[in-house]
Amino acid sequence: MKSKKPGYDRYAKYGYLFSIPFVIAFLLFSLYPTVYTAVIGFTDLKGLGKTDIHFLTDDLFRNFKTVLSSPSFQLAFRNTVVIWLANFIPQMLLALLLAAWFTDKRSKVKGQGAFKVLLYMPNIITAATIAILFSGFFGYPMGPINDLLVRFGFIDAPIELLRSKAVARGVVIFIQTWMWYGSTMITLISGILGISPEIFESAEVDGANRVQTFFYITLPNIKTILLFTLVTSLIGGLNMFDIPRLFQDGKPDDATLTTSLFIYKQAFSGSYMYNRAAAASMVMFLIIAVLAAIMFFVMRDKDEAKLNKQIRQQQKAYMKKLKAGKENASC
Amino acid sequence: MLKNKENRVMKIVIYVVCTFLAILSVLPFWIMIVNATRSTTEIQQHAISLIPSSYMMNNIKILLGKSFNPAVGFANSLIISIGATALAIYFSSLTAYAQVAYNWKLKNAFFSFIMVVMMIPAQVTMIGFYQMVYKIHMTNRLSMLILPAIASPTMVFFMRQYLQPTLSMEIVQSARIDGAKEFMIFNRIVLPIMKPAIATQAIFSFVASWNNLFTPLVLLTDQKKYTMPIMVSLLKGDIYKTEYGSVYMGLTLTVLPLIVVYLLLSKYIIAGVALGGVKG
Repeated sequence: MKSKKPGYDRYAKYGYLFSIPFVIAFLLFSLYPTVYTAVIGFTDLKGLGKTDIHFLTDDLFRNFKTVLSSPSFQLAFRNTVVIWLANFIPQMLLALLLAAWFTDKRSKVKGQGAFKVLLYMPNIITAATIAILFSGFFGYPMGPINDLLVRFGFIDAPIELLRSKAVARGVVIFIQTWMWYGSTMITLISGILGISPEIFESAEVDGANRVQTFFYITLPNIKTILLFTLVTSLIGGLNMFDIPRLFQDGKPDDATLTTSLFIYKQAFSGSYMYNRAAAASMVMFLIIAVLAAIMFFVMRDKDEAKLNKQIRQQQKAYMKKLKAGKENASC
Repeated sequence: MLKNKENRVMKIVIYVVCTFLAILSVLPFWIMIVNATRSTTEIQQHAISLIPSSYMMNNIKILLGKSFNPAVGFANSLIISIGATALAIYFSSLTAYAQVAYNWKLKNAFFSFIMVVMMIPAQVTMIGFYQMVYKIHMTNRLSMLILPAIASPTMVFFMRQYLQPTLSMEIVQSARIDGAKEFMIFNRIVLPIMKPAIATQAIFSFVASWNNLFTPLVLLTDQKKYTMPIMVSLLKGDIYKTEYGSVYMGLTLTVLPLIVVYLLLSKYIIAGVALGGVKG
């Protein structure tokens, strides 16, 4: 910043001082565990209650090689990507449609507030509870879904729905979509409301219909928010744990096994393979770090633009003051 | 004329779709609450019903007679969520204030760093965290779920975004002239200015902490320390296998407080989401 105030630097030490608690907590609870996880990935650490680490002597990268070539991890990664894609696409389309409807001046949807509150509601309910609730709904022989199917004559007798891979995965996808489209919708609405209304007015004057307005005006103007939603949802999706864990715990046949669940099971059940779980964690860490870097560049530009605007406004205000001051002085 | 008709059809479509989605949001919870009042035999005959029955107390009795202890889960979750939220709010505000009010050499580098790490979820570093906590014999301590909140990069980011245009350095300067110490200025003047941002961020921090399953599941093995989401996971165990009514009752007990609080605070929550508060 150019506009340095006199005596500003006298207080510079407080900038460091007030950041110390954050830095200490970050070093202790984030950075150290991250480095430690990376280190464990190169060791033979396994077994409940073990903490001594010995680096692998034969092949330092053995855990990484084992994990990356493990069919179970590959399947978990594929599942995670498939489940994320299959929930993100409908979630985004639905959110876009609803956002377009709710912001359309010609339709003037009434009761928007109530709709927003209800559509967002599943998002704040504990995911663990929702997973168990849906697992109950699909219960056999007498869950609500079986009850409905039999009552309306779709099937003659109850069937064990969750033995089907497609159904189990489909339900996880449905839960994810159902929990998140409301949140995405509200984010998009606020993005659309941020577009200058003059652009919409001139589009209307030019005779653009609803569909044209949406594709040529609305969409290009919320590009940054769409990207933000995409990346945050992808990072969240890559860490999907609660729903798959408590819905069917990866079953049937590992159809709902996600990478987070894979890591958890490796480390905290069976033979407690902390080293392999750590290696798998680091693989995920690297993928997410790349995504975070993309996000950083997108957000940084926006932030800088905002900052520059602010500086210009401050300068303007300063000039005005200066002028006013001069006028006062000349009186 | 044609346009008018088209408009009306469009409106009907919009209301039908939105009403359907609204029902979809409520129905699972309604079925859950109704089944919580029905006996296991009733549920076995017809698992779906929209009318409550009279077995509520009976279900509660069976539920509490086994390992599920909602009071303990509620208390632990409350301690963790309040503690973590308070720490996150206070120290994120302090860190954000350091960013906005002072001009120090590493300021911009530090902020870039915060923006990079705020996307990294705690889950991928859990193995190292667990090993560290285990080594110092701090598993089953709630403090290990509270203290990490002091460093909440996402919240620092949003607090800074709020404070940057809101804080006027003139107020800070005049407080300095009056002889106030820097730390006092933050506590007495800056924190009250940040109230609106604090309210939104507090709600989201609290809900995230309350709903968190992964970290407590890894760290807590003592039943007396279980949080609400872990308590809920007990309902999936074998001991409740045939007690359908009580399982629904257990789920209801964990959801009802959330729904009540949500409906009370929904205005602020929706506004918070619109600001891009959280995303998972």
